Amino acid sequence: MKSKSIFRIVVGCYLALFFAYMFLPLIFMTIIAFNANNVPQITPWKGFTFMWFGELAKDEQMWSALVNSFIVAFSVVAISVPIGLGGALLLTRLQFKARDFVYGVLVSPILTPGIILGISTFLFWDSYMNVTGGLWTAILGQATFITSYCMLLIMSRAQRFDLTQEEAAFDLGATHGQVFWRITLPFLRPALISSVALAFMQSFDNYNTTLFAIGVEQTLPIYIGTKLRSFISPAMNALAVIFIALTIIGAITYEYRRRHETIKAG
Amino acid sequence: MLDFWKNALRDLGKVGVAYIIITVGAWLVFMILIPQLIMFDYSFRPMLALRDIGGPKDIWTLKNYIVFFTNKLHMAIFFKTIWSSLIVTSVALAICYPIAFYLAKVARGATIGLLMLGLIIPYWINELLRLFAWQIILADSGILNTLLIFLKIIADPLNFRAGNSAVILGMTYAYILFMVFPLYNVMESLDRNQLDAARDLGASWLRIHRRIIIPHAKPGIAVGCTMTFMLAAGTVAAPQLLGSPSSFWFTQVINTNFECANWNQGAAYATVLMLLCLIFMFILLKIFKVGLKELTQ
Amino acid sequence: MGQDVEIVDVSMRFGDLYAVRNINVHIEAGEFFSFLGPSGCGKTTLLRLVSGFMDPTKGQIKIDGKDMIGIGSNNRPTAMIFQNLALFPLMTVTENIGFGLEVRSVPKAKRIKKVEELIELVDLHSAGNRKVSELSGGQMQRVAIARALAVNPAVLLLDEPLSALDLKLRHHMRAELRNIQRRTGVTFIYITHDQTEALTMSDRVGVMSIGELEQVTTPDAIYNNPATAFVASFVGESNRLQGTISSIDGEYAVLNTATGQFSCKNPQRLSQGENATIFIRPETVFMTKESNAPNLLTCGIQNLSFEGAYAVVTLKTEQGQLLTMRLNNDGTATRIKAGENVKVTFNRKNAFLLKNGDSSNA
Repeated sequence: MKSKSIFRIVVGCYLALFFAYMFLPLIFMTIIAFNANNVPQITPWKGFTFMWFGELAKDEQMWSALVNSFIVAFSVVAISVPIGLGGALLLTRLQFKARDFVYGVLVSPILTPGIILGISTFLFWDSYMNVTGGLWTAILGQATFITSYCMLLIMSRAQRFDLTQEEAAFDLGATHGQVFWRITLPFLRPALISSVALAFMQSFDNYNTTLFAIGVEQTLPIYIGTKLRSFISPAMNALAVIFIALTIIGAITYEYRRRHETIKAG
Repeated sequence: MLDFWKNALRDLGKVGVAYIIITVGAWLVFMILIPQLIMFDYSFRPMLALRDIGGPKDIWTLKNYIVFFTNKLHMAIFFKTIWSSLIVTSVALAICYPIAFYLAKVARGATIGLLMLGLIIPYWINELLRLFAWQIILADSGILNTLLIFLKIIADPLNFRAGNSAVILGMTYAYILFMVFPLYNVMESLDRNQLDAARDLGASWLRIHRRIIIPHAKPGIAVGCTMTFMLAAGTVAAPQLLGSPSSFWFTQVINTNFECANWNQGAAYATVLMLLCLIFMFILLKIFKVGLKELTQ
Repeated sequence: MGQDVEIVDVSMRFGDLYAVRNINVHIEAGEFFSFLGPSGCGKTTLLRLVSGFMDPTKGQIKIDGKDMIGIGSNNRPTAMIFQNLALFPLMTVTENIGFGLEVRSVPKAKRIKKVEELIELVDLHSAGNRKVSELSGGQMQRVAIARALAVNPAVLLLDEPLSALDLKLRHHMRAELRNIQRRTGVTFIYITHDQTEALTMSDRVGVMSIGELEQVTTPDAIYNNPATAFVASFVGESNRLQGTISSIDGEYAVLNTATGQFSCKNPQRLSQGENATIFIRPETVFMTKESNAPNLLTCGIQNLSFEGAYAVVTLKTEQGQLLTMRLNNDGTATRIKAGENVKVTFNRKNAFLLKNGDSSNA
């Protein structure tokens, strides 16, 4: 039918435009990284080069910021996942009147603008605990809301847990510890793994909260932010290319493993 | 009360209960509540030199807030931030609604996975770098200008960064995912049969959207809009990279306060920002008649 | 070996509601005991009280003479088979069965041996390494049983374990469970709403209704000597005639009903003048040619249906009362037809006078 194919064309165009909007900037970024032009642009094209990658590799500040990012990310994971687990257990296993209220409070960090979390964490530790802004405050500021995400993730899995399994395990003589370790935890494992991945990525990427909490230190996003505001160089594009490449590799691996799993499951 | 503890210990054991109390307690008290209260406290105190803290000059005052409300420039920036954030939210909603609908109800099988991947991949790349991409595109010697000049539409490069357009454009780009996914989730849960039934009864697509899909999607729309608005109003990255002094964002004002070590003022402004977000959220909840519980994705 | 279970004056209250009230029963060691009753009668609550998932609001539970209050389910000599079986889905059959031994730190060699023994006992050969999700309903049942028996419980608690199985499998499993119980000597406490199950498998049955125990006795007595109107109507079919007691004659009483006067047993020792109901089992009603037999009813045959081993005859008295008569497949039923009039009677030893209590609609 004619109207149907016109509709299809319109839809197709819309989708094409949308994804062009999403991907073109990234494509441009990649091209620029290889342009031997001091100004990061596509035109004029001054020849293909890897020199910006070299310049990036020589940037000590970048490396130290990168290391900081990893330190912060690992620490945030170490804090957020266990506490998120605690929160998930609290809200799915225990019944008490104030439950909805507590739920609201524990989820509120997600709904709070990042800079406010950064500011409040910074003020607390600087004035009352005499710890100046730095990696520690950045870790805590990020963990405040990343824990909420982890908690939600684990909760959605925990809610589908068949409690009679725990009862059966108890009935067979297991202690609380044994029940948790052998029955509950294995069930929650997929959610815990996702939480670790989510926490790591959110921490690594975070800018708003970190900016206000971290004082004079730098994580990678802070470094990028500072660099981009002062002196733009295609070395940043090189960094972007690396990010893009890693993302694509990650996506392919993820998709591959997912296909593999579905094939295995038959 | 006693019953609660009995049941808790029976279900989770002594170690379990202790673990929960310690972890959640520490998080709740030391990360969520106390820092927030301290920020409030700061906002009500004047800026003092180190030696004056705790002394006679350290009093509770509304001065910081008064300064804000009487500062015309800052108030202008505040309202401009609200207005621009609303624009970002609306544009994002308009763009994402069709995409979410297509993904949830029209696309089939493998296409869905592919499109999802296409949506998610850009988001794994750091927000700043993505904004940087737009910085490049919109620069004076950037692609957009070069193209426009090439097509002879304009003679001189346009300064996109003056005014808010660049910031708005960049933000929309940055936060699309936060609008798409809540919409997608809620649309996905709509029974396809309802749409077929409506078509069968002769309803036009416009009517179907208005009477069936949108009412069902209300929680998703509320969530998407809330998150997008809050991200837009509360972000620092986009304004810093894509803005100019004339498009100063409210969060940047807060930042300036902190850079000048006037933490008290900054805290006050931050509190105002937070109130703004809370009010917006409640307004949205009321408009869409959605409960707080449904806001979790 | 099995141990005895004493339930002493146990009540369990949730808020304002009593799930079970004043339950008193002594289950013998090595006995197969069933609690029978409709949904909501409290039998599951009772089972959970015995297994230790909660403590009663009032009363005591003693196993082998020891008071179990405060002792959790992991420390009681009981093991439970849940209605949904609650097998551990991420573990294999062997791991499931061996779980109770693992948590007791039984050395691996001993554990493997015991698990093999149990797999033999429940007839699960060569399924050892299969994941639980790959098993059939009957196989999963047996894993649950083996898993529970692995910890050598003194008392095995079964929560309607057969309700999810199809008919044939259910019959088969009933026999198997009975066998296992006899071989191991473990005390079985079984709860069900299916009276055939309770009657065929148990040494004794306790009938429950709305949280209270109506009667505890052997299956034979439950059927032939019901103590309350509820038991009489929940278990088996009954004809009911309501009326007022006109006279007492030792163990027997005479009831004045709209259909006539009838003599029957008076187990509840009701007095003259009280209102009560006579319960008569259909198979105890028989045709007679004697016109002055006691307990005589003159009826017209409404319906006659052959159901193979027996025939069910629906009768209607002059006063409009409907009765059911069950005839064995001995040719009697072939000699009558619908529409004919017959005289039927019953022996007063087979009829019971019971107070119109909370009779079920079974």
